Amino acid sequence: MVSGKGLINMYSEKVMEHFSNPRNVGEIEDADGVGTVGNPVCGDLMTIYIKVKDNIIEDIKFKTFGCGAAIATSSMVTEMAMGKTLEEALKISRNDVADELEGLPPVKMHCSNLAADALKAAIDDYKKKIAEKE
Amino acid sequence: MIYMDHSATSPVDREVLNAMEPYFVKSYGNASTLYSLGRDARRAMESSREKVASIIGANTDEIIFTSGGTESDNIAIKGIAYRFKRRGNHIITSNIEHPAVDETCKYLEKNGFEVTYLPVEKDGIVNSSDLEDAITDKTILITVMHANNEIGTIQPISELGEIARENKIYFHTDAVQSVGKIPVNVEELNVDMLSLSAHKLYGPKGVGALYIKKGVRLEPIIHGGGHEKGIRPGTENVAGIVGLGKACEIAEKTLEEEAQYLTTMRDELIRRVLSEIDESYLNGHPTKRLPNNINFRFTGIEGESLVLHLDSKNIASSTGSACSSKKLEASHVLMALGLEEVQAHGSLRLTLGKENKVEDTDYVIESIKNAVDTLRKMSPLWCQAKV
Repeated sequence: MVSGKGLINMYSEKVMEHFSNPRNVGEIEDADGVGTVGNPVCGDLMTIYIKVKDNIIEDIKFKTFGCGAAIATSSMVTEMAMGKTLEEALKISRNDVADELEGLPPVKMHCSNLAADALKAAIDDYKKKIAEKE
Repeated sequence: MIYMDHSATSPVDREVLNAMEPYFVKSYGNASTLYSLGRDARRAMESSREKVASIIGANTDEIIFTSGGTESDNIAIKGIAYRFKRRGNHIITSNIEHPAVDETCKYLEKNGFEVTYLPVEKDGIVNSSDLEDAITDKTILITVMHANNEIGTIQPISELGEIARENKIYFHTDAVQSVGKIPVNVEELNVDMLSLSAHKLYGPKGVGALYIKKGVRLEPIIHGGGHEKGIRPGTENVAGIVGLGKACEIAEKTLEEEAQYLTTMRDELIRRVLSEIDESYLNGHPTKRLPNNINFRFTGIEGESLVLHLDSKNIASSTGSACSSKKLEASHVLMALGLEEVQAHGSLRLTLGKENKVEDTDYVIESIKNAVDTLRKMSPLWCQAKV
């Protein structure tokens, strides 16, 4: 069992800020690309939806089941990817997301830092759909 | 702050603190010395021993002071295992024990002992016929906790202890969560050893006790200057021991009234949360549970996030979710109830205490509702469940 205060001390202010006020929560019904990563058995599952126009991510939303770090990284990656070209967005790494959040506890770096992977999965899904159309 | 994590630890009662204070600065003598300062300390310690013995219905010479629940559990389990290893190498415990017992048993397994982990029913209770079936001619010790720290379930210790006694097997119970919350009597429970801790009953951290029934001999696991009958050597934590004694004295006096107060608050919180929040469930037994323990689970959300949200509303709670544990595994207790991992991740434990106020329950329920709602809105699992 772990209690509240121990968790708060573990997370940076930036993580707590994104956790408390997550950006871009929700779904995009007519999304151009959707990526889901994680496994609810391990306690983290996230889906990222993107809308692409002229090679640029013009809208992005997420839905996440998971801990404080999972929610904060999801929120952060949507903020980082919004308005970027697909090439730029693909360059966003797990470490970039953690750095933008002023760090994550070591134990959370592997299990909950999946948001960059979800973004990649969404972009891959978009590219696959385009390829199928052509 | 609305503190609802009393099974983690409890605030020190002002009266307890006042009783302890002189033993830091005034009567600071080593209780083993002969001059009056030492004698004062010794007297205070022996008076505490009476109070501890009284709350569990033991004799004073059956109480050993320790540094807390974990040490008491280690001394009891290893003490029997080492002393009687020639007689047999089999130990029986349950699969919902606190790590202080669970990890001690696992350590002994690595060192030539065999351990049977009894399963629990869906409601978290050990079945006595499972215990009977597990006993072999090599069994030297049975250790089953009195009340569970996560789901508050109270085990039929008296019945299990009787089985142990009939089979001439030593019986230990970890009563860290139950002493001071429900009546505990070592005779009625049929136990040979019982662990308790001060900081769960408004006493200080770092002090506890082990009841060892007269005639039961343990192999010491700590060696030194012969304090506490050589079972727990080391200069006694006199102020802490005085605190433990005072905490037991108060708890014994107020137990009945407090249990009633907490049970009413507990049941009201459970009733309202289950009726007002969709797909919310109670983990553990509805009535055979500690007066102060509530353990919910909510479909579609993860517990660490819930605890963080409640903290932002100044409510202290805890969870059995994997994401909050150092091992990154879901609570072994919730898994033992037959839950799926994803269900165990959605757990929330509230453990009440005497300073919690009935008028705070509205705010707590409202905060839980809001937090569950917020997290479900962003959960892909909740959508799947609802579509």
